[in-house]
Amino acid sequence: MRFSPAWARVISAPMWARRSETVINPFQPIGRVFLAFLGATGRLASFSFSAFSHCFRPPFYFRTIFSEMIEIGYYSLPVVGLTAVFAGMVLALQSYTGFARFSAEGAVANVVVLSITRELGPVLAGLMVAGRIGASMAAEIGTMRVTEQIDALTTLSTNPMKYLVAPRLIAGLLMFPLLVLVADVIGVFGGYMVAVHKLGFNAANYLQRTWDFLRAEDVNSGLVKAAVFGIIVTLMGCYHGYNSKGGAEGVGAATTNAVVSSCILILSFDYVLTEMFFSK
Amino acid sequence: MTGTTPKIKLRNVHKAFGEKVVLDGVDLDVGVGESVVIIGGSGTGKSVTLKCILGLLHPDQGSVEVDGESVVGISQRRRDRINRKFGMLFQGAALFDSLPVWENVTFGLLAEKRCTRSDAEEIAVIKLGMVGLGPDVAHLYPAELSGGMQKRVGLARAIASDPEIIFFDEPTTGLDPIMADVINDLIVKITREVGATALSITHDMVSAKKIAHRIAMLYDGKIIWAGRTESIDGSGNEYVDQFINGRAEGPIKMAVRA
Ligand SMILES: Nc1ncnc2c1ncn2[C@@H]1O[C@H](COP(=O)(O)OP(=O)(O)OP(=O)(O)O)[C@@H](O)[C@H]1O
Ligand SMILES: [Mg+2]
Repeated sequence: MRFSPAWARVISAPMWARRSETVINPFQPIGRVFLAFLGATGRLASFSFSAFSHCFRPPFYFRTIFSEMIEIGYYSLPVVGLTAVFAGMVLALQSYTGFARFSAEGAVANVVVLSITRELGPVLAGLMVAGRIGASMAAEIGTMRVTEQIDALTTLSTNPMKYLVAPRLIAGLLMFPLLVLVADVIGVFGGYMVAVHKLGFNAANYLQRTWDFLRAEDVNSGLVKAAVFGIIVTLMGCYHGYNSKGGAEGVGAATTNAVVSSCILILSFDYVLTEMFFSK
Repeated sequence: MTGTTPKIKLRNVHKAFGEKVVLDGVDLDVGVGESVVIIGGSGTGKSVTLKCILGLLHPDQGSVEVDGESVVGISQRRRDRINRKFGMLFQGAALFDSLPVWENVTFGLLAEKRCTRSDAEEIAVIKLGMVGLGPDVAHLYPAELSGGMQKRVGLARAIASDPEIIFFDEPTTGLDPIMADVINDLIVKITREVGATALSITHDMVSAKKIAHRIAMLYDGKIIWAGRTESIDGSGNEYVDQFINGRAEGPIKMAVRA
């Protein structure tokens, strides 16, 4: 056996020469990732288009729409309520600490009502419901996919996009704004509780300031955001569930992907929408 | 069968999943009112063949005709219309686990508005009776049923809307021998009396001989033998012989390491 230490081999055959295909075309993996990205975007776009077009064409499954509305709207109330009340309480506490340095403690009410209606209401509610609803939709539809229930729908004169996806989309679009409205009220109330009972604000005064600073424009922008988030969460849940493959593991991956992608999309669309509404 | 258009006609159907070629030129005719059984080893693509006909999978190549009408690459709307002719029993039953049994059974009828929700339960009980299930099953959920019961509910669902063409993917698997024979009789009744066309898959040769007019054997992506049920014992095809007699030795090699 010839003596050939590891370093000698490394020098005589450098790293980039050993796997010849990567040397010949270093852009190949980049191209592959890029093409995969384009493919995924295209699939999502065509899925969304088909899902929306089914929302407007009969038959409409009112029974499913209704039960999904209950599931999204009613059963998310505790989660959304708790999130909102604590968000409002923390907001009051933090902004008080901040404003006390400029002797501007009076602005606490303004900050609370503005932040809750514009930002925290829709975003926190959206994220929480994404975890709850996005995950359960992906799991349910994903299980239906891997156990051939979606195929069975097709053989029973039922279009799965219309039966499974469209009702969820409609329910999400309708219920998210309502949830956010509730979150707004509870969030502002949380701020009020802390301001009045802990920071020593005068109750009537605080409410008056809140009322003065409550603007329809802020609330409306939050509700529009909520509607968009509702579409994002339900669409992601359905899309990942619908395209899941390979048994329990595939359904698990679909659930994770649904939640992660909804959260990222919520945060990025939040920026885009804020930019559209307020940066005139 | 010459002269008349077959109910289902497959010509040179190819289907591969990635590198793996499953169907490699399948030719098959199923005549009107005929009951054909496909036999073949596990994983040879029998279920895939049915799914290609139903449009659940798209063949890579070749033609599929239903009633003389080509169904490969057609619009969703035409597909929906053609699929109304079909009933399908899935290998894994594929019951909707969010719905009670009675709603599963009458799902197709309700979707086509051929019965109202108030009548549906009664109809479901009748259909369940045909597959040997009592009325008490109607209000259970699929998760509360045994495997064989799920299979029979799937069967009831497949035949509930009296389709022209019915696909049975292993109708008797998981049933006891007596119940298997009840199901065989039911399939025979549906095809002989109601006049439906049936395409079934089974590993159970007793069942195959009972329900089939013709048997076709799928091996290595092709139909290697097809003929009348009576002629299968004297087919002279060593693959068929090995399969129907269930011998480990023969031209069909199982990938097993001892
Ligand atoms: N959706 C799919 N994706 C990838 N491969 C698939 C898919 N469906 C089927 N296959 C492959 O196709 C082959 C044939 O599958 P098929 O379900 O048709 O077998 P089968 O003949 O019905 O077998 P069995 O008698 O065990 O049910 C299998 O090897 C399977 O791995
Ligand atoms: Mg199969």
